[in-house]
Amino acid sequence: MPNRSEFWNFLLGRLSLDSLPLHNMIVVVTFIVVATGGAALLGFITWKRQWGYLWTEWFTSVDHKKLGIMYMILATVMLFRGFADAIMMRAQQAIAFGDNMGYLPPHHYDQIFTAHGAIMIFFVAMAYIVGLMNYVMPMQIGARDVAFPFLNNFSFWLTVSGVLLFMVSLFIGDFSHAGWLGYPPVSELHQSPGPGVDYYIWGLQLSGLGTLLTGINFVVTILKMRAPGMSLMKMPMFTWTTLCTSGLIVVTFPILTATLLLLSLDRYIGTHFFTAGMGGNVMMYINLIWIWGHPEVYILILPLFGVFSEIVSTFSGKRLFGYSSMVYATVSIMILSYLVWLHHFFTMGSGADVNSFFSLTTMMISIPTGAKIFNWLFTMYRGRVRFDVPMLWTMGFLFTFTIGGMTGVMLSVAPADFLLHNSLFLIAHFHNVIIGGVVFGIFAGINYWFPKAFGFRLDPFWGKCSFWFWQIGFWFAFGPLYILGLMGVTRRLSHFTDPSLQKWFIIAAFGAFLILLGILSFVMQIYVSIRNREKYAVGHDPWGGRTLEWQTSSPPPPYNFAFVPKVHERDAWTNMKESGYQRPLQGFNDIHMPKSTATGVVLSALGFVFGFAMVWYIWWLAAVSFVALIAYAIFHTFNYNRDYHVSADEVNRFEHSGNWASDPQEARA
Amino acid sequence: MNSSSHTEHAHDDAMHAHHGSLRGYLTGFVLAAILTIIPFWLVMGHVIESRQATILIVLGLAAVQILVHMIFFLHLDTRSESGWNMLALIFTGVLVAIVLGASIWVMYNENANMMPMSPQYMHHKQGS
Repeated sequence: MPNRSEFWNFLLGRLSLDSLPLHNMIVVVTFIVVATGGAALLGFITWKRQWGYLWTEWFTSVDHKKLGIMYMILATVMLFRGFADAIMMRAQQAIAFGDNMGYLPPHHYDQIFTAHGAIMIFFVAMAYIVGLMNYVMPMQIGARDVAFPFLNNFSFWLTVSGVLLFMVSLFIGDFSHAGWLGYPPVSELHQSPGPGVDYYIWGLQLSGLGTLLTGINFVVTILKMRAPGMSLMKMPMFTWTTLCTSGLIVVTFPILTATLLLLSLDRYIGTHFFTAGMGGNVMMYINLIWIWGHPEVYILILPLFGVFSEIVSTFSGKRLFGYSSMVYATVSIMILSYLVWLHHFFTMGSGADVNSFFSLTTMMISIPTGAKIFNWLFTMYRGRVRFDVPMLWTMGFLFTFTIGGMTGVMLSVAPADFLLHNSLFLIAHFHNVIIGGVVFGIFAGINYWFPKAFGFRLDPFWGKCSFWFWQIGFWFAFGPLYILGLMGVTRRLSHFTDPSLQKWFIIAAFGAFLILLGILSFVMQIYVSIRNREKYAVGHDPWGGRTLEWQTSSPPPPYNFAFVPKVHERDAWTNMKESGYQRPLQGFNDIHMPKSTATGVVLSALGFVFGFAMVWYIWWLAAVSFVALIAYAIFHTFNYNRDYHVSADEVNRFEHSGNWASDPQEARA
Repeated sequence: MNSSSHTEHAHDDAMHAHHGSLRGYLTGFVLAAILTIIPFWLVMGHVIESRQATILIVLGLAAVQILVHMIFFLHLDTRSESGWNMLALIFTGVLVAIVLGASIWVMYNENANMMPMSPQYMHHKQGS
């Protein structure tokens, strides 16, 4: 029946029953686990009748605090996924020697390292930092929300739709096996005819758009909505780093979008931007993607530098040492990060003059970073340092990140890079800075601001377990990779012939197991803290904080501040406490706030459908969803019902609620 | 997609944004038209012998055209948004210059060093 077959081809594109990876036991088992878990969760929510609550209070909310928390939850879920990939790779590499081919065929292994890299960067690290910035930055500048609250919600759901495309690829079709940056020619159509690279492209296009909108939103928020009196040089350090990161996002993410668009033109309509022949140039893709890719790693680390700055000065009970130099260092890192990208492909053959230029700029970027390290150390010097969990993560960071930075300077020496390029030494280096910098910073930030968000502290015992498992596990997992890399072992191998290497991989797998314990301790920490939330309840300023977010209640009211604070000094809250600030308890006014909207969810759902249709060549569905997307966006501009007022009575009730309980003494100690 | 959060301090100078005058728009239009006609005339009338020189002049006029558009149509000046618009423009300009300039430099080098795969070259390599 040729007619019917043509009809089905039209209806489903290249999607068919064969697209389901039923032959792969690992995927089938994963699917059963995920499906059962998902069904249980959905069933539980239905049973508790929480859908209405979730929809009105969370999914459609434009409150930056709730969006921040949702970003953190999303990132944590994706951390589990990304870590599952990691531990599968470590297990494979620990056993696949000689005759033993391990349990993962190369094609599957390649998908796993691609998914691990892309997920960890885009949906774990990015989602975590956007979550932290979302939650904390508006309160630090004394604002009631971000400049564009609806866009903020839209950005979050775009990220979710990107995540969903990545997750769907696990069970329908397969995922890209071209590495986390999708280098051509492997990512071109003739070498990757399947849907994998398309899932990768559309997942990143959707979430990348979300990130770009977030960047614009935060830049405008910081420039336009600071509390009266807060000049730029009085902003908290975390706000400064958020500003620089957002600026970098705005200027770099369009490059990612354009590069992926050119790649998709190659794949979809047969252009030759990055093919090896026909006038295309593979090197151009690598050049372009790293012009985005290198600033991206600074986008990730800068906000965490801000987190460490806040924590170091709070837990040393001193103002931050060298505030101005910290600001200048951040800004110069922001500019310099744009001048180093070629160090990712020294070996591509640019010649000595080009390589020396980028080698020098790469070495130069370690100078402002080094200045920051000394500033943190001098902040601690002669301070009364309290070793609470956030401070532990910070000290772990100082130790680990410095070593990672030094191996980075080793890699920046172009002749040395010819030996170390694509080796496990490189893998160890970037995990050293990303785990030691970004991940440690995220856990420091979670432990530091959790009491603000929920009104109770996190359990310190499990927090310390989590820290030590991560810290020790990290060195077990990546120390051996440094050694293996110096011996010349390259990355992304699913099988080894030399049995003498096996012991190192077994040590690395043990390290990954310790990190697993670290992650489980973190889950345990959250669980125990929620169970003992009465015991761990805190007031609005549990750590003796220095910035404005500690002025408002824990958790803060929807409008953050009943009266917009006036700022006279850096460390505005410390200054207010020292000058005997009394919180006003009456005379409140109505507060004008943005209203929830479902538009972000609807647009992103349409975006997801569009991405899925493009992946599977279902052209009619792609056209319909794209037109619907544009139409609904235009329709939303006619929605004039966008704001409401929190009445003075309600403000009065919030300001006299239990969230303002005084701090128990032991929380301060 | 506009700002719907209206805290009191949120938007003081946005209100005084400069929206231009008829005179400004006309000046911009005339300048833009002139800057468009000259390149057409240069190319279609074969006015200058050297192809290279024509290309350079046309590119130069295009750069001036960008400035005209930004000043007269986008009302860019050093005062709006307390200078942030100008700062953002300079930042963008620097980065675009870096991206384009360095990419051309890098790709030229890669092309020169890595791409000469002609049969003669390969023969020469094997012979040596």
